[in-house]
Amino acid sequence: MTEPTMSSGVDPNSVRKVVSVQAAQAVAWRVFTEHMGVWWPLAFYKIGKANAVDAVIEPRVGGRWYERGDDGSTCQWGSVLAWEPHSRLVLSWDISADWQYDPTLKTEIEVRFSADGSDRTRVELEHRHLERYGARRDEMRRIYDTEGDWGRVLEAFARAAAA
Amino acid sequence: MVTYEERALDALGDPTRRAVLKRLRGGGRSVGEIAEGMEVSRPAVSQHLKILKAARLVTVHAEGTRRVYAVDTRGIESLRKWLEGFWDEALTAFKAMAEREASRERKQ
Repeated sequence: MTEPTMSSGVDPNSVRKVVSVQAAQAVAWRVFTEHMGVWWPLAFYKIGKANAVDAVIEPRVGGRWYERGDDGSTCQWGSVLAWEPHSRLVLSWDISADWQYDPTLKTEIEVRFSADGSDRTRVELEHRHLERYGARRDEMRRIYDTEGDWGRVLEAFARAAAA
Repeated sequence: MVTYEERALDALGDPTRRAVLKRLRGGGRSVGEIAEGMEVSRPAVSQHLKILKAARLVTVHAEGTRRVYAVDTRGIESLRKWLEGFWDEALTAFKAMAEREASRERKQ
């Protein structure tokens, strides 16, 4: 599979995604951690009032994960819980069901990178501890897990347009 | 259980409510201003606003003695996230950029 897929074993408290990327492991790691602001859909997946222009992960355990707005403001999303370059990253995602920063929330995102041949990388993402959303867990799980049909249609369109 | 997102989709199934929401795109308005020029009565507009508010598509706040209705951007964003799938959209974008980057480096 080359597209993100929904895992079939349904754990109500976590979402798992796997994507296979045509890039060496070091490149995949670098793009994910250093250039997040370029690929993250900042127009919509942000929490601040200002237009978000960057998403930053400070490269160390305890580092902050935040968005930066065009007015210079920053809004924290979470922090770095594990930092193992090229292979494993664990972030806390402290965004409430109302899309506000709540440092006590602590849902976790683990991202694992593994070589899949010499030039491909398998990237596995698990977003867990969704039980911390309490009564709104199912609502949030659906948002995180829904298969992105619209995103895929647009991606296919972009590919066709670029050909 | 009906989520806010499902409620929002239901709310937008009505053409008058879509028209009300469109009238708020340029900024906040009072019920009277929204109803102006529409073919429905003010109380009907109020009723539609109530439904839009319950679906988190519209917020209301006081400006002096006026009650001003505005688009609830959080509800709109969460509807979009729900439609597109948060992690699928983020990972699809990540994959595209990592592959562009890898291809650029191979050419160097």
